Amino acid sequence: MAYSEKVIDHYENPRNVGQLDETSKNVGTGMVGAPACGDVMRLQIRVNDEGIIEDAKFKTYGCGSAIASSSLLTEWVKGKHLDEAEQIKNTQIAEELALPPVKIHCSVLAEDAIKTAVRDVRAKQGR
Amino acid sequence: MNLPIYLDYASTTPVDPVVAEKMMEFLTPAGQFGNPASRSHVFGWQAEAAVEDARQDVANLIGADPREIVWTSGATEANNLAIKGCAHFNQRKGKHIITSRIEHKAVLDTCRQLEREGFEVTYLDPDTSGLIQPAMVADAIREDTTVVSIMHVNNELGTLNDIAAIGKICREKKVFFHVDAAQSAGKTGINVEEMYVDMMSFSAHKIYGPKGIGALFVRRKPRVRIEAQMHGGGHERGMRSGTLPTHQIVGMGEAFKVGFKNLAAESARIEALRTRLWVGVSDMEEVHLNGSEDQHVPGIVNISFAFVEGESLIMALRDLAVSSGSACTSASLEPSYVLRALGLNDEMAHSSIRFSIGRFTSEKDIDTAIEKVRHAVSKLRELSPLWDMFKAGIDLNTVQWAAH
Ligand SMILES: Cc1ncc(COP(=O)(O)O)c(C=O)c1O
Ligand code: FES
Repeated sequence: MAYSEKVIDHYENPRNVGQLDETSKNVGTGMVGAPACGDVMRLQIRVNDEGIIEDAKFKTYGCGSAIASSSLLTEWVKGKHLDEAEQIKNTQIAEELALPPVKIHCSVLAEDAIKTAVRDVRAKQGR
Repeated sequence: MNLPIYLDYASTTPVDPVVAEKMMEFLTPAGQFGNPASRSHVFGWQAEAAVEDARQDVANLIGADPREIVWTSGATEANNLAIKGCAHFNQRKGKHIITSRIEHKAVLDTCRQLEREGFEVTYLDPDTSGLIQPAMVADAIREDTTVVSIMHVNNELGTLNDIAAIGKICREKKVFFHVDAAQSAGKTGINVEEMYVDMMSFSAHKIYGPKGIGALFVRRKPRVRIEAQMHGGGHERGMRSGTLPTHQIVGMGEAFKVGFKNLAAESARIEALRTRLWVGVSDMEEVHLNGSEDQHVPGIVNISFAFVEGESLIMALRDLAVSSGSACTSASLEPSYVLRALGLNDEMAHSSIRFSIGRFTSEKDIDTAIEKVRHAVSKLRELSPLWDMFKAGIDLNTVQWAAH
């Protein structure tokens, strides 16, 4: 499988790898996928009082495209408001990374992950 | 160092330069290009003599008589010819066939075809180390069983079945015994007498010969009769028609001759490389050998690296030409049926790599491979949420996954 340069770049130098304190009220966690399906993505965001995402971290078990999709997403959401972050579509990710059709599900997973993380922090903070 | 490093010898081998040189003598006008079936002139006689020399070389490696060797286009064709040919010829005696779940597709799909024609097939499960136990074969044989087909060496695992024990059972029960030896010829000793084999398939390109040529051993005493699958000029005593490809055959003969001569020394050298590789990676946590510790050929080692996903591992290892147990890349997400048959779960099957070592692999190649594998596995585990969870003592089987 030939990967695009952008996928290879994110795969070689993944941005924002790591973990935030899941128990913190300001942190939202989105864990999606399943080992048996070959991909598990954990995306975390920390928001300030205005609902702006100050930090984002990820870890991904999956193919190169799944790793690149989550790495890219952490870059995109930083500095964005929760409302904006929620609006990110998998098609934008797929387009940016030039994912081939068989790899679209990797970007869908990333969209699911950010949506879940936003929902999580909203639920914690009641907003 | 030339990158990528070729560690996929079980898939195919380069032609040994000695073999290629010899093949070249049978192609051009200056060479012996004749049709071995031409009886009326020296061109034909020369080609025929070369073909018969090669037949002898193949027979020598397995302790057979050259008259028991039938040329085919490869092991796929040899498997088809043996199983269909023998099953068809004996169908009045019975229509039951026994094979295993981890055979090569060339055997499994042949059996599927026979099922469509009304034959019944029993697929034996390997044990957890990938071996077919002789007792399982004995238990499966019935009154109407005509053919048992069990591979000598499994191509994904390198496991080595006890062919002599299985052969003895088949001979006692008067059932024809076919063995796919594509992965074992030239890698381990073979003797068709001591192993009670009735038919055996070979391929040249797994043993430094050219692609597109193979052979089937068909026993003469006690005689095994098979129905031809390819009809025509009656070549190969009617079992396989078609003009013999002299250069290919000569290449196969030379490859088998070289393989036979070097068998002991080469096995020892490659076994040492295999051990070096395994020792070099197995001290990492959660690294598992798939297959058998003690019953294997030297050249193949199959390893699962838990908590890293197979396709990203292949991507990280792009300086190594290896095979993956995951078919993720083919968009099917189907893990290897061989690893599944051993009882591996999908994750472990997906995260497995087959390294296969051969004649042109050096110690330096292995050391580089070890370094690359260690680097890739630690990097991907750093990235893996599953590794975090494992390290935190969480049993992944108890987690409720939000499957998508
Ligand atoms: C065990 C086994 N059987 C059969 C084959 C098919 O051989 P060939 O490529 O000569 O048709 C292979 C190789 O792909 C093999 O590994
Ligand atoms: S994780 Fe297997 S295709 Fe993306």
